[in-house]
Amino acid sequence: MAELHAKEAPSRVHELEAWGAVFDRTKEGKISQRNFGGHRYPRLAHVGDRTGLELIRTLQDHGIHQGISVHMEYTIVSLLKDGDRVVGAFGYDRERGRFRIFKAKAVVVCTGGLGRAYAVTSNSWEGTGDGVSLAYHAGAELLDMEFIQFHPTGMIWPPSVKGILVTESVRGEGGVLRNKDGKRFMYDDVPENYRSQTSTDPEEGWRYTQNDKTAKRPPELLTRDHVARCINREVKAGRGSPHGGVFLDISWIKERIPNSAEHIKRKLPSMYHQFMQLANLDITKEPMEVGPTTHYAMGGIRVNGETQATNVPGLFAAGECAAGLHGANRLGGNSLSDLIVFGKRAGEFAAKYAKENSAGKVNDAQVETAYKEAVEPFERPAGGGTEGPYQVQYDLQNMMQANVGIVRLHNEMEFALDGIQKLKARAARVAVQGHLEYNPGWHTAIDLKHLLTVSEAITLCSLDRKESRGGHFREDFPNKDSEAQKYNAVIAKAADGSMKLRREPIPAMREDLKQVIEEMK
Amino acid sequence: MNKQVTFRIWRGDATGGEFVEYQTEITEGLVVLDVIHKIQATQANDLACRWNCKAGKCGSCSAEINGMPKLMCMTRMDTLNTDKPITVEPMRAFPSIRDLATDVSWNFRVKTKIKKFNPRKPDAEDGTWRMQQEDVDRVQEFRKCIECFLCQDVCHVLRDHHKHEEFIGPRFLVYTAALEMHPLDTEDRLPELKQSQGIGFCNITKCCTKVCPEHITITDNAIIPLKERVVDEFYDPLGWLWKKIRPQG
Repeated sequence: MAELHAKEAPSRVHELEAWGAVFDRTKEGKISQRNFGGHRYPRLAHVGDRTGLELIRTLQDHGIHQGISVHMEYTIVSLLKDGDRVVGAFGYDRERGRFRIFKAKAVVVCTGGLGRAYAVTSNSWEGTGDGVSLAYHAGAELLDMEFIQFHPTGMIWPPSVKGILVTESVRGEGGVLRNKDGKRFMYDDVPENYRSQTSTDPEEGWRYTQNDKTAKRPPELLTRDHVARCINREVKAGRGSPHGGVFLDISWIKERIPNSAEHIKRKLPSMYHQFMQLANLDITKEPMEVGPTTHYAMGGIRVNGETQATNVPGLFAAGECAAGLHGANRLGGNSLSDLIVFGKRAGEFAAKYAKENSAGKVNDAQVETAYKEAVEPFERPAGGGTEGPYQVQYDLQNMMQANVGIVRLHNEMEFALDGIQKLKARAARVAVQGHLEYNPGWHTAIDLKHLLTVSEAITLCSLDRKESRGGHFREDFPNKDSEAQKYNAVIAKAADGSMKLRREPIPAMREDLKQVIEEMK
Repeated sequence: MNKQVTFRIWRGDATGGEFVEYQTEITEGLVVLDVIHKIQATQANDLACRWNCKAGKCGSCSAEINGMPKLMCMTRMDTLNTDKPITVEPMRAFPSIRDLATDVSWNFRVKTKIKKFNPRKPDAEDGTWRMQQEDVDRVQEFRKCIECFLCQDVCHVLRDHHKHEEFIGPRFLVYTAALEMHPLDTEDRLPELKQSQGIGFCNITKCCTKVCPEHITITDNAIIPLKERVVDEFYDPLGWLWKKIRPQG
């Protein structure tokens, strides 16, 4: 997948440009490219600090002229099957609460992340892992669920914005991390395998951020998991900022750049406005307070790397809900390019599958069961052992945050696994009021099943992997284990309905790819 | 720092509704959307409101707070007078769905009627284009739009005069400007701007610019230049004469 990604991403970027995207330019008028953490070459085509929005808008503006039917604000509650094969989806529109059967020869799941399983997350409320859970319950295998990326820099103050992302571009443009004593603590801990590429001199690090290709990168641009743990360490050691994070400072570049305030506003406009408006803080003058936030799931639905097909015929997945491309840890910028490269592939192979197969038959009993399950929370009267959906959700989020978070321990995860079973029992007694039309309480009740499913998968896989690698860090097993490198954790639903984990050996890498990696070392 | 506040929230649907008062306690550093969520979680589980990113990026939580069109996630409580009740109601230029959620689908229908991006042939040997940053700066300003539709909500042509069939509103004038000023685009959208899209209805009161959470200078940078282009094309007497007498073909 990494090979396809590297080979096909440039064509996808040029395709976006042909559809109207306006990327930042170089002096020669080409698309400007820059660095994120862990990159050796500046490779990211970008639009200020809002590249994702540019992708959304370009695809939307292009898509509305392609004759695509759009069903906005629909929630899918179940994937429909005919034998082994997926033949459609069953869901409702949030606006009116009307249920609807979508018959389809092929279904592509692209539901994004699962950050809502944690208390501090950069994900929207929609990051409930619903697509991963729907696919799992329809028989799809999940892969690498233990690998969750905690983005090192989320806003931590004020409380209203806790978790919201401070883009890596801030560090890419020269922003530095400091503890409460003003020390750039990232210089204290540079992992062995990155030492040759990391500057020891702040001067050189600064040149790197200003596109000097001969300079080594500053340690602030090490991989996200490492930066997140370093921040965690500073805070735990009592060297954090007033609200429990560390300082991220871009304002210092006034020492290097005339008119730095204008420069920062032009390079990081969204961040400037975000802090100005939400925290009443001018990032051109003062440092920000930041801390780790749950950002991205590397694991997800297991797919064929070429076709994005799952093990369930007719079911495909792409984007964050699919697993594989990012291994144990994702590099900055690779999420957007993942979408455009593998989103295209998923669409093409799903279309091919649809052309080659006749329509399946929708099973009425299945629809009936899914409907009953969905509306059941209305039929449980308040009181008499029931409770609202929000408290169950909060309790799950706090438990996952505390016990299956950035730093993991065997006993804590055992505790969480037990807690998930107890929360499942509570979720089965959740009651909601009102009716089907645009009812957030009801939507939250339905999401609980998905949040609990993905939380269980994350916890099972994290317990099983007795080493530290990528986004998965075990305090009881802090080092990489070369034996554990040889397998992936695969999750599947057993015949009795329980969740089962098995280890599967990773196939050997092609010789020419091995060689590429050797050359890059 | 904890304080008791009163929220007056509009509850209802397309058939009608009323303001309902909720008392709740707030702490330091909250925005309006936090308080709405708290009320939703503790007092009114079924209170409908759209939201998504909670960072002013997705444009979902548009509402009218004390009568001003704003994003709920970007309105800090310390910018409001909490000694008085705070009024939160849905955008009034669009039909109600329920409570704070409105039906903004008209906007998406309008967008499909605007001629799509149509680039000139690639000019570089590698099959791509060359553009200078200074030539794309102004288009990038317009492309910051998050489609919250607050500009549409505040525009009196839509809000008070309901010209939804004759006028596309500030959002789509910005959208058209981004296409018209795109260095690669070859399409001409001026005839529709003048006719079916009703650019003449805008009398540049700049209300849209004031409410834009992305600080796009909608009126000055997008609408006025488009108006000038329309005038040059259709109302310039010398230009008109030239078009009549110029050699055809």
